[in-house]
Amino acid sequence: MSSVIKVDNLSKIYRLGLISRRTIAEDLNKFWSRITGKENPYLKIGETNVRSVKGKSDYIWALKDISFEVKDGERFGIIGKNGAGKSTLLKILSRVASPTEGKIRIKGRVASLLEVGTGFHPELTGRNNIFLNGSILGMTQKEIKSKFDSIVDFSGVERYIDTPVKRYSSGMYVRLAFAVAAHLEPEILIVDEVLAVGDAEFQKKCLGKMHDVSEKEGRTVLFVSHNLQAIKNLCQKTIILNNGELFASGETEEALKRYNQLNREIKITAETHVNNIKNRRGSGAIRFTGIDVLDDTGNKRFEYELGETVRFKISYRTFKEMQGITLIVALLSGLSRECLTLACYDIVKSKVEPGVTGEAVIEFNDINIKPGEYPLYFELIDNKLNSYSKDVVDDITAPLVIKRNDYAEKKSFDPSKPSGFFETPSRLTLNEIFRESDRIRA
Amino acid sequence: MSKNYSDSDWTLEIKPVSGWFNFHIKDVWRYRDLLLMFVKRDFVAVYKQTILGPFWFFIQPILTTITFTIVFGKIAKIPTEGLPPMLFYMSGVVCWNYFSDCLTKTSSTFISNAHIFGKVYFPRLVSPLANITSLLMKFGIQMLLLTCFIFYFIANDADVHPNIYILITPYLILLMAGLGLGFGIIVSSLTTKYRDLTFLVGFGVQLLMYATPVIYPVSALPDEYKSLVKLNPMTSIIETFRFSFLGAGSFDASNLLYTTVFVIFVLSIGIVIFNRVEKTFMDTV
Ligand SMILES: Nc1ncnc2c1ncn2[C@@H]1O[C@H](COP(=O)(O)OP(=O)(O)O)[C@@H](O)[C@H]1O
Ligand SMILES: [Mg+2]
Repeated sequence: MSSVIKVDNLSKIYRLGLISRRTIAEDLNKFWSRITGKENPYLKIGETNVRSVKGKSDYIWALKDISFEVKDGERFGIIGKNGAGKSTLLKILSRVASPTEGKIRIKGRVASLLEVGTGFHPELTGRNNIFLNGSILGMTQKEIKSKFDSIVDFSGVERYIDTPVKRYSSGMYVRLAFAVAAHLEPEILIVDEVLAVGDAEFQKKCLGKMHDVSEKEGRTVLFVSHNLQAIKNLCQKTIILNNGELFASGETEEALKRYNQLNREIKITAETHVNNIKNRRGSGAIRFTGIDVLDDTGNKRFEYELGETVRFKISYRTFKEMQGITLIVALLSGLSRECLTLACYDIVKSKVEPGVTGEAVIEFNDINIKPGEYPLYFELIDNKLNSYSKDVVDDITAPLVIKRNDYAEKKSFDPSKPSGFFETPSRLTLNEIFRESDRIRA
Repeated sequence: MSKNYSDSDWTLEIKPVSGWFNFHIKDVWRYRDLLLMFVKRDFVAVYKQTILGPFWFFIQPILTTITFTIVFGKIAKIPTEGLPPMLFYMSGVVCWNYFSDCLTKTSSTFISNAHIFGKVYFPRLVSPLANITSLLMKFGIQMLLLTCFIFYFIANDADVHPNIYILITPYLILLMAGLGLGFGIIVSSLTTKYRDLTFLVGFGVQLLMYATPVIYPVSALPDEYKSLVKLNPMTSIIETFRFSFLGAGSFDASNLLYTTVFVIFVLSIGIVIFNRVEKTFMDTV
């Protein structure tokens, strides 16, 4: 198999100094003060204008010396924490952004889905938006026409196809948008974390479609996701980005193992702004400043056997007044990432001022969750009734891994019986079934 | 699918931005369907707008014309080359509107499309090209209005003489579109650096109208201003337009040639700058 994408020593630098657009007035002012020999009025205190001193903080290496190859027909995963550079990499591959150094060579037509529904116009009908979005993604009118029925079919919104999309529910909107993208026929399909939206069933359908696109039609798929399960199911090869650098690459199994190692180092700070971390949500009235997963001897670890003790130690800091603080610890399960609450405690019951820091430990003894891998979910909310969440983080640590052992046998029940979320002893007793029709006959 | 690529078959090479002259004009042609879709979108969007919507296209030039007729015709008594003032002003206003719409609309290309540009690649030039094409709809409606007025005045024996030079109108439209596009994409490239530029341009365009024979004929100017106003590339366009539709003034091919050269010049500079900025723009938003 030959390579269809070859990335050589790719680097991308964002210059923070250039980000803020100026006004002409500011520049004229600067110019004027230079002529009159006054101090630059826009220079911040403690900051100098000397280029060499300007230094590190002004530059971000979003990508640093990345090299890899993607083979024809491969399903290729890209994972990494927030800010690792995944989107930047995909943007460069899609020609939305330009690299600073290095080069990329590509064979064949590329279609990228960095977002679903780019360019959808709310006033246009579903039908018109299919054509608009399709052309934005690079399809010709003829192509779209020939695939129109199939697109509508896949989206499942045929009843509303002549209704303006502003009337669509967000689910319908996403379905229609993905349907268009799914019918692109590029040699290479690039998909960023777009499946985070949409319901579980639809996500499954999308993943299935991506699988088909690769398996049946021999296309190459590059796929970024937070959902490790999806990566595991879909991708043959995976690379891990960490702080803009290539941390590991190889078979997905291997790469995921390395990723879990990487995640053992947990570093989040209260200062990290909400907007910088995409999967940190909430109003910001309170922030997690640390999250640790410990065993009963206080060692950090993420793999546990059934029956062991797990402690979640969290610390926080408040930024606004809170009526009280509630902590929720939950596991995310399966492809659809259902949220399974493990514990919900009022950790502080009275009013808290801004600037307070605190710590809480929740301990679970005799853990009996069904063996598997569970991404962790932490949430802090205000005790006030109907409060919005104040800080939510998930995937910030490695997933909790529960391993099978003889726990079940010790509790003397059959471990092969399916028993939902918990590995709790259970026994099935069936009562006789009565049918309505039976009663009529009797 | 059979894809037997050999190692030299790379179809696309992505490299750091370098140089000012790496164009992909061919790409623009490949995306002509997208241009049509953008135009269609603009049509529907206008149509679905407020109650006024397309109605506004009629009202605006009529009100402007009436205002000009009163202020400049009746009060300031600026001559109109013997034409009915209504027609004189309206012809100027219709042309000026198209040019200034093209300029102001395309000058916000990067700002108003930042969202799409950040997510999909297509030759960015498609957006401003779609803008000037969509604006033809408004121009067309206003031309229709103007034509009605011309017929009305002719029916009432006014001294109005449309002539064969009308055939040159498509070329005039092309020049106006080119001029608006050229200036517009230069400004839009600069707005990625200076965010207050858009407002300045809006204001500048308003002032520029007074340096263009919209409310006065060149013939009414003192000689020392004549050559100055003729430096304005819009001058020959509006003068020629009036001459062909209303039969007043004169046709001066050399002035039109000057405008043509000017338009080509501005467009070339615009495309070079735009082409450069479109590659680095996403880093700055
Ligand atoms: N336009 C930009 N200007 C400045 N910094 C940026 C820009 N886009 C991304 N970055 C920075 O580059 C880094 C990588 O971002 P990104 O590729 O979005 O990460 P990921 O998708 O892996 O979460 C982050 O530190 C981010 O803040
Ligand atoms: Mg991202």
